[in-house]
Parts: sequence; C-alpha cells; structure tokens
Amino acid sequence: MTTAAPLLDVADLTIAFPTGTPVIDFGFTVAEGETLAVVGESGSGKSLTALAVMRLLPPAAKIVAGAIRLKGRDLRALPEPEMRRVRGREIAMIFQEPMTSLNPVLTVGRQIAEVLRLHEGMSAPAARARTIELLDLVRVADPHRRVDDFPHRLSGGMRQRVMIAMAVACRPRLLIADEPTTALDVTIQAQVLDLLDRLRRDLGMALLLITHDLGIVGQWADRVVVMYAGRRVEQADATRVLDDPLHPYTRGLLAASPRLDASLHYSAGPLREIPGSIASARGQPGCPFAPRCPLAQPSCRIRPPPLAAVRPGRLVACPVTTASELADVAAVGL
Amino acid sequence: MTAATSGHTPDIAVAAPPLGSWRAVRAFLRNPAAVLATLFLIMVAVTAVAAPLIYPEDPLSMVARPFLWPGQNPTFPLGSDSLGRDVAAGLVWGARISLLIGIAAMALGVTIGIVVGATAGYFGGWIDDALVRLIEIFQTTPSFLMLVVLVAIAEPRVESITVAIALVTWPTIARLVRAEFRSLREKDFVTAARGLGYGHARIIFIEILPNALPPIIVTSSVIVASAILMESALSFMGLGDPNRISWGSMIGAGREMLRTAWYLTFIPGIAIVLTVLALNLIGDALNDALNPRLSSEP
Repeated sequence: MTTAAPLLDVADLTIAFPTGTPVIDFGFTVAEGETLAVVGESGSGKSLTALAVMRLLPPAAKIVAGAIRLKGRDLRALPEPEMRRVRGREIAMIFQEPMTSLNPVLTVGRQIAEVLRLHEGMSAPAARARTIELLDLVRVADPHRRVDDFPHRLSGGMRQRVMIAMAVACRPRLLIADEPTTALDVTIQAQVLDLLDRLRRDLGMALLLITHDLGIVGQWADRVVVMYAGRRVEQADATRVLDDPLHPYTRGLLAASPRLDASLHYSAGPLREIPGSIASARGQPGCPFAPRCPLAQPSCRIRPPPLAAVRPGRLVACPVTTASELADVAAVGL
Repeated sequence: MTAATSGHTPDIAVAAPPLGSWRAVRAFLRNPAAVLATLFLIMVAVTAVAAPLIYPEDPLSMVARPFLWPGQNPTFPLGSDSLGRDVAAGLVWGARISLLIGIAAMALGVTIGIVVGATAGYFGGWIDDALVRLIEIFQTTPSFLMLVVLVAIAEPRVESITVAIALVTWPTIARLVRAEFRSLREKDFVTAARGLGYGHARIIFIEILPNALPPIIVTSSVIVASAILMESALSFMGLGDPNRISWGSMIGAGREMLRTAWYLTFIPGIAIVLTVLALNLIGDALNDALNPRLSSEP
C-alpha cells in the first residue's frame, strides 16, 4: 500500500436524512493514481457517499459527522465558490444515466466546450478545437461531425463517452464514476471501463469506481471497499476479496454472482441468494447484516462489530471470520 | 375582453425538442393558417415601419372634409373622421403604436417573468415562497383595473403604458417559467452540471432556460396579442397617449358616430381583430410545432 498521504481521505462519514441514517461511520482513502471500488447493493449508501464528496447531497441529507479531505484540504469546510472550482477541475463525476445526464437541447460540443470555457477560460475556437481532441481521446468516431450533434442522435455508450470527455476535460486528480456502466449493454460496459482505465493511466488520475457488480471489480480495481447498509464491512486488495472473501456479506455477494472462473467452488451449482433484504438493516442496534447472516452470534445483535485489521490493508467488521482468519494465520505460522 | 385574454395560457409543451433542429420550423410551415397569419403580420409590420414614408404628415392633422366615406375621394381611400383626419393614415400610424407597445410590453414582461420565475423555481424554499406571494398579489388584482390605475397615476405616454402593461402581464410568464424550472432542476443533467462546478447563473441561463423556451415562446405570442388589446382598450377609454394615434383611440373617437359613420369604428376594429387573431394562430401553431407529442413527425 502507498505510504504517501492519500489523495482523498474520507473518515467516519455519517450522512443523515430526517427519516434515517443511510451512511454511518463510513471511511476510505484513495491514493494518487489508483482505482478504488466501492461495492454494495442498491440502498447501501454508496451513491450518497459519492455525492457527499462532491458536496452535491440533496437538501434533505446532511453530513452529521466525519471528514472529507482532498490532498489534506477539508472539503466540508470549503466555501461554496471554492468548492465550485474543485468540482470539475480537481474532482469530476460521471453519473449512472448517460441518457439523461446530457442536456437535450445543446450540442455535445457546446456542452464539453462550456466546461473548458468555465475552468480553463478558453476562447470559443480554442475550446472547440480542444473538444474535438477530447472526443477523439474518448474514442468517439468521427469527432469533427459528432461535435455538432445533439445528444439524442447518440447511443447510450456514445453519450457515456461524451460524459467522460466532459469529466476529464480539465484533467481532474480524481474521477468518481457512479455505476458508469449499469445502464449500458454488457459489450459496451467493458469498452467504457477499458476507456476509464486507460484515461486513468494516461492522465494520472485516481478513479473511485462505485458499483454493485463484483464481477467488474477484479479486472478494473486495485482495492475494494465493501459497503453494507451504510457501513464499511470489508476492505482489501481487489484480488484478495475475490479469492478469499472474509465477511459473510461479501461471501454471499460472491456466491450470488455468476462467475466464469470455475476453480471457485461458489460457481458450482445454482447461484445462491442472500436471504432477506437490505431493508432489515434499518434500526438494527448491532451489525446491520445480522438479520441475514448465517453466522450471526448473539453479540452481533447488540453492538456493531468494530473493523479489525487482519492484515495490513485488510479490514473486516465481523468477529466470527476475524477469529477464524486469525486462527488460519496462526496455523500456517505467519 | 382584455382581462380574460391576459389570463389565457395555451396548452404547453412539456418535453422540448432541440430548438436548433429544423423539425419545428417544418412543422410550423406545414400549417397554412400559421403561414397566412405570419404573412399578414409581416405586412402589418412593414406598414408600421414605413408609415413615415407612406403618410409623411402628422396623422392627427385635419386634412380633409369631415365624414368622407371610404371610396368617396380617391385621395382618402378609407375616408375621414369627424375632424377631417385621414383614416388610412391613422390606421398606418396606429399599427406602429399597437405593434410597438405590444412587442415592447411583451419583451419587458417576459424578461421580468423569466427572472422571477426562474429564481423562484430554481432555488425553491423561502425564496420561492416569497416570490409566489408576490406573483399572487399581482394575479389576484383585476389586471385591467390595475392597468387603468397605473396609467392614471403616471402620465399616459407610450413608455408608461408599455411599463404598465408589462407589470400586469409578467405574472403569467413567471408562473409558467417557475413550473418549468421546478421540474427541470431535478433532471440528471442539472446535477451533472453542478458536478462540473457550474454556478447558479450558468445553470439557470445556459442549462435550464433553453429547455424551458418552447412554452415561453408560445405564450409570448399570445401576450403580444393581449398587450395590443390592452393598449386599444386604454386608448378607447381616453387613457392612451394623446399625442399619438392608435387603433383604440380611433375607435374611441368614432364611438359617438357609430350609427351615422360606422366605418370609423369598423376599420380600426377589423385591424385589431385580424392582428390579434394572427398572433393567436401563430401561438397555436408554435405550440403544435414545438410540442413533440402532438406532431405526427417522429
């Protein structure tokens, strides 16, 4: 793991609505240039976390505790005008729905150029030239013609490429991609993720990939944070999570995902589902996963188990698996 | 008649097609009534602009024998009124005042309406509450009564009449714009724009306003029509600019001779009817052309 100060450091983040607390004591760090995946099912609070980093939470949601630091600078304390300069220039975000995230009455070229004119102060001709370069960079075919097209003339994958071009126009340090491929065909998904990965390397950005799809984690992410009902339940290197999941939720999630890798015993036989739903986590005093957990202990229902480091960089919030993992470690004499 | 027209808002397109596309233009041109109405309005506008060339003399000066009927004297094709003023000259110069006040009042009213409506709809919260109360104060006052009071307080001049008409018409636009902004501000592309660091003004005017334009354009044409009617009504009541001739003041002057010289009210009356009808037809056609759900073309 990198020892340098992280690019983005989110610590003890708690977000509350008047009706509930969708994100509790959540935290993660993103190092310069790495890809961190935040994985969780719908309603686990991952999109809210992303919006909190951008300070774009809906008015009803409030950050009640925690810190969000970009290169050591507390984003929560930043005045709104300065935060506006951070958005788009230092952190950019791509949304789930490429079909509705572009303005329907403006040409795609106009929309990309607008970002450049705002943040880089470019003149209209310079912005247009740069826009065509950007469209070429995100592999939009025939950028000279596409630049004057309205969004409705483009396919979903093309639109997501345009969104990516807008996001990387000012070379942000961090790109947040909130389910960037969920609305796209499977074949387009891989292309878009490839593109994001290439841009990350070429432009030296870090990528915060928010997804519910464990399948894309192994190939595209360096590290993974697994989120359940607003809490961090497991954190590890991407390969470790897939090969050796520790938290019962992560195990259930993997067992419920179709995998091509036949060496894993989870793929044998029909896919298993996790009984119950995430709604059962509401109002739980203990571990949010306890109502659905086959290994739940009486103590799990009283207090949420603390995140324990079983190895450097490997965190799990589960007393049962932590104990067995530690036992394994002891057995092999590490 | 005026109060009823100013409150009228046609059925409005919700989803906006790109304004830059020619689809809307083609749909508009396929409507024969709209094309005819546009040609008529262009004719009126050209006449109004060319008035000083056609009738260089003051239309209020007495140039002929009173009560010449139309066609009686070839020099005065539309006859003369009780003071011997040329009706044709009055009609041409009146078009100038009607169109000037109609368009200027619409422009001012629409500008106020967009600023107030966009602010209320975009920001919401207490700003919205305060501005909606303001709109309601204007809308609950009988608009023509307010218009008469405003013009009576100020000197009846073209400028003051324009401002007064704008002041009674802006709430219609403001309510419309507010409703559009309230739904548009929730769209994903607005969140995306905020995510790119755009400020409020940039989001309001560059991102949201173009999406709200079709219903504003449609309503604007109707507002020009109702502004012309309001100006005519004011002039009819003698509250118009006394130094300028207008269609309304011509009707007002001819009212006493309605039975003996009905052409004095009929001719400017027809001018008003046709102009207002043309504007309403254009408004309807624009509504159809800009509303993708009503047009047959995909």
